[in-house]
Amino acid sequence: MREGWEAVIGMEIHAQLATRSKMFCDCSAEYLAAAPNSSVCEVCLGMPGTLPVVNRRAVELVVKTGLALGSEIAEHTKFDRKNYFYPDLPKGYQISQYDLPLCRGGRIDVGGRTVRITRVHLEEDTGKLVHAGDALHTAASSLVDLNRSGVPLMEIVTEPDLRGADEARDYAVALRAILRAIGASEADMERGQLRAEANVSVRRAGAATLGVKTELKNINSFRALHRAVEHEIDRQVDVLEGGGAVVQETRGWSEAEQRTFSQRVKEYADDYRYFPEPDLPPLEVTPAWVEQIRDSLPELPEARRARLVEAHGISGYDAQQLTEDAATADLFEATVAAGAPAKQAANWIIGSRPAIDPAGLAQLIGLVADGTINRDQGFEVLEEAQAAGRAPADIVRERGLSQVSDESELAKIVDRVIAESPQAVADYRAGKKQAIGALMGKVKGATGGRADPRVATRLLQSRLDS
Amino acid sequence: MTEPEARAQAEAADRRLANGNGAAGPLTGIPLAVKDVLSVRGVETTAGSQILRGYRPPFDATAIARLREAGAVFLGMTNCDEFAMGSSTENSGFFPTRNPHDPTRVPGGSSGGSAAAVAAGEAVYGLGTDTGGSIRQPAALCGVVGMKPTYGRVSRYGLIAFASSLDQIGPFTTTVRDAALVLQAISGLDPRDATSADRPVDLLTDLEQGVEGLRLGVPREYSQVEGMEPGVKAAVDRAVLRLEQAGAELVEVSLPHTDYGLAAYYIIAPAECSSNLARFDGVKYGARDEGAQTLLDTYLRTRRQGFGTEVRRRVMLGTYALSAGYFDAYYLKAQKVRTLIAQDFARAFEHCDAIVSATSPTVAFPLGAKVDDPLAMYLNDVLTLGGNLAGVPGISLPCGTSEGLPVGLQVLGPQWGDATVLRVARAYEAVRDA
Repeated sequence: MREGWEAVIGMEIHAQLATRSKMFCDCSAEYLAAAPNSSVCEVCLGMPGTLPVVNRRAVELVVKTGLALGSEIAEHTKFDRKNYFYPDLPKGYQISQYDLPLCRGGRIDVGGRTVRITRVHLEEDTGKLVHAGDALHTAASSLVDLNRSGVPLMEIVTEPDLRGADEARDYAVALRAILRAIGASEADMERGQLRAEANVSVRRAGAATLGVKTELKNINSFRALHRAVEHEIDRQVDVLEGGGAVVQETRGWSEAEQRTFSQRVKEYADDYRYFPEPDLPPLEVTPAWVEQIRDSLPELPEARRARLVEAHGISGYDAQQLTEDAATADLFEATVAAGAPAKQAANWIIGSRPAIDPAGLAQLIGLVADGTINRDQGFEVLEEAQAAGRAPADIVRERGLSQVSDESELAKIVDRVIAESPQAVADYRAGKKQAIGALMGKVKGATGGRADPRVATRLLQSRLDS
Repeated sequence: MTEPEARAQAEAADRRLANGNGAAGPLTGIPLAVKDVLSVRGVETTAGSQILRGYRPPFDATAIARLREAGAVFLGMTNCDEFAMGSSTENSGFFPTRNPHDPTRVPGGSSGGSAAAVAAGEAVYGLGTDTGGSIRQPAALCGVVGMKPTYGRVSRYGLIAFASSLDQIGPFTTTVRDAALVLQAISGLDPRDATSADRPVDLLTDLEQGVEGLRLGVPREYSQVEGMEPGVKAAVDRAVLRLEQAGAELVEVSLPHTDYGLAAYYIIAPAECSSNLARFDGVKYGARDEGAQTLLDTYLRTRRQGFGTEVRRRVMLGTYALSAGYFDAYYLKAQKVRTLIAQDFARAFEHCDAIVSATSPTVAFPLGAKVDDPLAMYLNDVLTLGGNLAGVPGISLPCGTSEGLPVGLQVLGPQWGDATVLRVARAYEAVRDA
């Protein structure tokens, strides 16, 4: 942040809900692998005379999210129509929630900052347009794919509590971890299951009023979110320091150019002519239903992070990485339970997110820890174990992978390498200690990568230094 | 007309009836005409609009599916005001329908085609839809029975929506018993319509119970409405007297917010229609203007050419009523009036079992007489639209003539009182025909 300035950021995050079927019809919500316009029916195509029926599971997942965020759950709520024309919106309106969202309030703590949640509401996703060319206004034609139309979508809106690009990204990461932990959304940004929009403004440090904000869109990763917010803060400060004024507008993030660009200037507020959806009766969320959903809540990432640090003595950073999704944390705990040392289990899991059963992973960690195989071999074995679904110990045995730790055997090889490499030996003895790397490489080569690196290094050093 | 399909359905019905294994019901093999707003799989369904010319739904409306199951024979689709907006069937995007009693006059509307088809004997029964009187008023003007059930009684799935919170599907028949039979067949919970009710439907058991001991409400405000023709009033008064002679007790009731009904209706219905009709944008089905150069142009040209004057008028009215800054003054206020009108009916039904009145203040009027005066046209519905705003059931059945043209008697009942409405109508029918 530039001296004397403060950024103010609020986030609007859309998350597709992890339901089997769409929001208002029984089409599959798994549309990504489907051919265009194949995961559709008369309802999500918006054909005349069709009517919506609420997906109860989607309501539950939003309530679950609200409970995880500490929101107040509305007992009486309803759906509204948001009216606008666009080819990806087959009915000409989106069924959403306007003045009575399912959840109000709540918070997420991100690195010491409390981010207040304004609301969480339920709506339906739109279809997708594929333009002939890059942009709508230059495209000769556009194709409409309605597979995504009607997929359950939840919007989570925060107060303008974030103060920088790091916080904006950390908030999104923390929210994703929660959504994954409770099974509300798969929340994969690259697959469009989590879409972040940031409202960014800047002001002089200590100023009481808010600056003019811009709305950032087209953000497809956490990295892009960070870059876009960072860039936009800089741009706004430049504009203001240059005596200009920030224009209220929607700005897109260009991944190629690593900058934001103006998409649409808001000359007047959009008028979506919201009104209560007459095709759906009001939605009642009884306290008993809420309690039932509360009972199904798993341990949340923040609590689990603290528990992992406490119970296993791993670092806060490792615990944070492990709790980004529930499956990873589950694998960690099960691997430790299967006998692996916690720190090593964390290292293996954070690095590679292996798709392997905990017992197998614990076994692999044991094989590396006791020197049967080295770390490089460990990765090879892990790869094969994942691909073939076999136990690491069996793979090591069959492939004869166990490393050469026998001193007399290694000593012969080390002596031969030293005899064949007079230049490297001379370099080392002349003070270029890194020359030992070349010698080590030759020892590895001579053993097919099986040399125990600790034993080989000790043997090399004792001979070179004598 | 769907002649080949109708012949095949008739032959299937013959086989079903010949089997005698109980699979046949009272509607098996009976031919009907369907208002062109109800989706029939594979059959061009246009809602009377050029914008849907050539559109063939890939699915059946629930009411159609239930009749198909019952062995019905579908003769074809009947003309109507475009998207059911009108009271004379002159707003059809294709051609006006004429009244079989006098071809220079309108059949009423919007379900004028179904009413005329049944009146002319072209179909044994018909299906219509009623948003502000679109079944009852044409039934009155064509001299047939037409019933709008309680909102939620019949699934709206597959009904091309005009105003979702007001639309209901109902039958046109020549007798009250037939109306009960058809309504019984199409009623009941539908998992595809969240506004359809999970309530038992028994319309036949009490049908012949008569009116003895029933209290019939005569609303003070309904006899004073603007434009009530003396001949209509006289015919209705005679009918009410016959009901009293048959044993009913007459009580005066009040529906004090009647005067505000028309205004509230013409906010709520256009507001919903402005949204419901947004899907007709030239992108997915129906007509599209191919000369457009831009997306906005596609929308504007397709809708300008595809929609008629009355539809455009209501879309604009509704868009305005929902706009920021006007929403509270129009839509919200109209909804409050609607609540008051529903309360009027609820209170009135504390004092009576059913309400009787004229269906329409006038008999069938000449074609063209009101096309240039929308307000005069809207006044046709002043006695019927209260039933839609309150969600209560109503029927119209013939009660004599005025100037040689049919007059309709309207019977309104409390919410879910469809059986009572039919019972009172049947009692009048019995004394009328005695």
